[in-house]
Amino acid sequence: MHETDMTQALVLTVKDWWDAQPETPKISKIHLTVGQFTCVEPASLQFAFQVQTQDTFLAGATLVIHETPLIAFCHHCQQDYFPDLGIQYACPTCQSAMEDIRSGRELKIDRIEYHCADASMSEPSTR
Amino acid sequence: MHQTFDAALGINLLHVNQDGADHNRAHFDQWGITCLNLMSSPGAGKTALLERTLATLTSELKIAVIEGDMTTELDADRLRQFGVPVIAINTGRACHLDSKMVAGGLHHLAHEYDPHTFDLVLVENVGNLVCPAEFEVGEHAKVALLSLTEGEDKPLKYPVMFQEADCLLITKMDLAPHLDMDLEQIIANVRQINAQVAIIPVSAKTGEGMEDWFDWVQSVVNDRCVTVR
Repeated sequence: MHETDMTQALVLTVKDWWDAQPETPKISKIHLTVGQFTCVEPASLQFAFQVQTQDTFLAGATLVIHETPLIAFCHHCQQDYFPDLGIQYACPTCQSAMEDIRSGRELKIDRIEYHCADASMSEPSTR
Repeated sequence: MHQTFDAALGINLLHVNQDGADHNRAHFDQWGITCLNLMSSPGAGKTALLERTLATLTSELKIAVIEGDMTTELDADRLRQFGVPVIAINTGRACHLDSKMVAGGLHHLAHEYDPHTFDLVLVENVGNLVCPAEFEVGEHAKVALLSLTEGEDKPLKYPVMFQEADCLLITKMDLAPHLDMDLEQIIANVRQINAQVAIIPVSAKTGEGMEDWFDWVQSVVNDRCVTVR
């Protein structure tokens, strides 16, 4: 459900970037990083993106979601470990609580792939 | 032929909500108000906890409530009986409060009252163990509630909420004799995810543990008075 809100936030952020460009680029891909330890379901995000971008400046653009695994660092053992989501979060070696999350909380718009209209079609710059 | 370009953004997906939350927090700080965000699944006892809290703490603190509910004002009406301002925010279909909705509530508070006279704003979020965890509203601390009937495994299944919480209230303790619920296991599961969270078993019905909860609220308010004022 909140993926709808997140998609709206995504579209508005990309729109801000798009509006700030001197020409009107055609966006082909948006790359997102979504951590495993967030409340975001990538499939729901994809669905919301398709619905919300129909007939907009993002029509036809692809949402590319890179998922990052949950990785925690155990200060006692001085090593990274992969918590087992839904089952075990404490360090499997020493049972210390999961305190230092090194990966998995990301919700980030990484980059945009775009192309500009043909040079011959674009108006000469007057400024 | 088109040449493809790359623009690096590196922007947090929720930056708009985050900016709004920071803005709300700046208002709270300016007014000398502490804000707590109460979150739980539906029916865990947020409103019952608030009723008991208002009945006791209004003699010590000036309190306002921001009440998030999907469609009704039933909860808000329950809390208005305690003579405190209750600002109801109907979220419509949204499953959580966001910082913009709470900003609307704050403007209402500032318009109708003198916000400088308040000590504490309690935000009752929409009942949901998932979404509210990702949407800060400008709070100084997050309070999660987990009722004894929900099961020991919930902290493992909904870890983000319990990882974000500064205080966890295990509610409906009066039901303990009737349930095969292992309180120690609940606490152990929470501790796997969050070593620092204050865990307080309470019953709004019998009053068990409520003094500890009030002490925790007072300590957060006092700590902030020292750092802000």
